[in-house]
Amino acid sequence: MKVRLEQLTKCFGNVTAVRDFTATLEDGELVCLLGPSGCGKSTILNMLSGILPVTQGNIYFDDVEVTRVPPDKRGVGLVFQNYALYPHMTVRQNICFPLEIQKVPKAERLRRAQEIAKLVHVDALMDRRPVELSGGQQQRVAIARALVKRPRLLLLDEPLSNLDARLRLEMREEIRRIQQQTGVTTIFVTHDQEEAMSISDRIILMREGVLQQNDLPQALYNEPANCFVADFLGNPPINRIEGVWRDGSFCLKDGSFSLKLTPDSPIENGRSVILSIRPESILAAQPQDAVFSCPVSRFYAMGKEEIAYLRFGSVEVRAFVPAELDLKEGDRLPVSLRGRGIFLFDAQTGGRLI
Amino acid sequence: MKDKPQAPDQPRRFRAIGEAYLYLAPFLLGLAIFTLYPVIRVFLMSFQSDYNYLNGTYAGWSLENYQNVLTDPKFTQAIRNTLLYVLAVVPISTILAVVIAWLLNRRLHGSAIFQTAYFKPMVTSITAVGLAWRLMYNQQYGILNYVLSVFGVSKIGWLTDPKWSLPALVIFGIWNILPFTIILLLSGLQNINELYYTAARVDGAKEGRIFRRITVPLLAPTIFLVCIVNTISSFKVFSELYPLFKGDPGPVYNLYTVVYYIRYMMMEKREYGYAAAAAVVLFLFIFVFTMIQLFVKKKLRNRS
Ligand SMILES: Nc1ncnc2c1ncn2[C@@H]1O[C@H](COP(=O)(O)OP(=O)(O)OP(=O)(O)O)[C@@H](O)[C@H]1O
Ligand SMILES: [Mg+2]
Repeated sequence: MKVRLEQLTKCFGNVTAVRDFTATLEDGELVCLLGPSGCGKSTILNMLSGILPVTQGNIYFDDVEVTRVPPDKRGVGLVFQNYALYPHMTVRQNICFPLEIQKVPKAERLRRAQEIAKLVHVDALMDRRPVELSGGQQQRVAIARALVKRPRLLLLDEPLSNLDARLRLEMREEIRRIQQQTGVTTIFVTHDQEEAMSISDRIILMREGVLQQNDLPQALYNEPANCFVADFLGNPPINRIEGVWRDGSFCLKDGSFSLKLTPDSPIENGRSVILSIRPESILAAQPQDAVFSCPVSRFYAMGKEEIAYLRFGSVEVRAFVPAELDLKEGDRLPVSLRGRGIFLFDAQTGGRLI
Repeated sequence: MKDKPQAPDQPRRFRAIGEAYLYLAPFLLGLAIFTLYPVIRVFLMSFQSDYNYLNGTYAGWSLENYQNVLTDPKFTQAIRNTLLYVLAVVPISTILAVVIAWLLNRRLHGSAIFQTAYFKPMVTSITAVGLAWRLMYNQQYGILNYVLSVFGVSKIGWLTDPKWSLPALVIFGIWNILPFTIILLLSGLQNINELYYTAARVDGAKEGRIFRRITVPLLAPTIFLVCIVNTISSFKVFSELYPLFKGDPGPVYNLYTVVYYIRYMMMEKREYGYAAAAAVVLFLFIFVFTMIQLFVKKKLRNRS
């Protein structure tokens, strides 16, 4: 099912949790709603499921307006952050409950529950209580309960946040598999960028209730719409250097470092700007290819790579360097810069300049 | 609790336990003097014939007290009344309290007026309240008959007609027990995570189904607690009865309850052995009822 949100706004008293949110989800897509805690992700899911009334704007499911349709008429399955499995019911009863509400005959109820339990691999646990399940199993049951009524839209609110790192990896593959097998349009909420990057067809990044960028995962990383998007994605985080624009170059305020850049449209002299460089865009180069060289101040190992802190004038930036270079502190490293992963933002608005 | 800590070396363990008992001593002493000792005395007394309260002498050990009490028509009447009272008050008050607590929890969250209204009886002396109920039950001028007359019911002699005196006691008893029951249930309700309701609502469940399938099962432990506590307190019905009939057991002495009988034997007849035997019988009733409830609770938990 196609989902369209149009200028959706939600206020709690004088707090605006979601502001002017417009986005479209294509049929069968898995879209991640990404953003820091408190940015309004759950609020959007709750409005889509119908348990929170909308303050302003409209929601369309397949071009039918559902803004004021009650939850049970929407055909939405919702998985909560801590699953909310009914503790007094067995797994089977939990999965059957949505069908019981729809007055599906008992035999069919049980058959469908069994079918969906197989899909999420909990069919061996049908007679257990939620307390007798591990976190990952509970999570599968919660997904089964959301899927059993064959929703047109599946909403997952940080479904992995209660799991340990290993299980998270495993379960996100599982969710992807289940989603592709059922083909249900899915919104997956998370504040973990890596999770979002690995699982989704598209990512919607938001901040303080406002949509920042709605794009393919790689596009979000490679072409951030603004400074917040650039800062939010990437591990280790992007290098963020504040300075001013002067005569076609980015300059540090104290003049200790400058970098020539070519903007699409001219930028006036003296404008406060932020230069953002991804760590992997700073490359160790042969002396003859180097753009400039800079002292190395310290290192730390990260997996097979090493991260070096380089001094660009008076500021320190992170860069990946191959371990074979065998650098020591205080060495000067000749560097070149990649074309990709270097951005310039307006310091006031955060808007992208380059 | 699963993996017990390693047992510390013996002397230290004894020291620790000894210290714990030392802290508990004042309470244990009080318990022993004011609860345990009287219980044992009553139990012994029930087997002693012709016990003399003043000098503590008795004729001998026998079952005479029990024989006399169990054949006393006043006592069998008291048992019958008490059982009827318990069987009426406990279920009705529990059901009413569940519904009221649920409504309070849902719609009138924190409404001060409602809370005061419901909890007033709990902080008011039951004797004073009983006298107020005497007025409400009054055949000629009582508000109860007035309200009923609006529905065309002719005037009932609540406190004068022996047919109506037990219902009058039951109604007053329910009203009296409700607030405490509601408080317990409310705290139980507040321990239920809102999320379960939200989850059910997303699936389209209506209020009635949510109440039946989610609220009540999750509240079951509290409901059982309330049932047991109320059963025990209802078996001891006395302070409800006393003010309602000016100290008499009903209009025509038809409304003996077990505790009233115990008091009557003790204070009026000075038959201490009879009173003690009646008390032991009451204890057995309460014990059996509580066991049945615990058994049912276990059965239900295993089944659902
Ligand atoms: N019922 C409410 N009343 C008042 N404010 C609310 C309510 N629900 C949410 N908010 C506010 O709305 C904003 C968005 O909340 P929301 O729960 O959608 O955040 P979130 O993105 O899901 O965060 P998290 O990642 O921590 O779950 C927050 O500032 C929150 O304080
Ligand atoms: Mg949330």
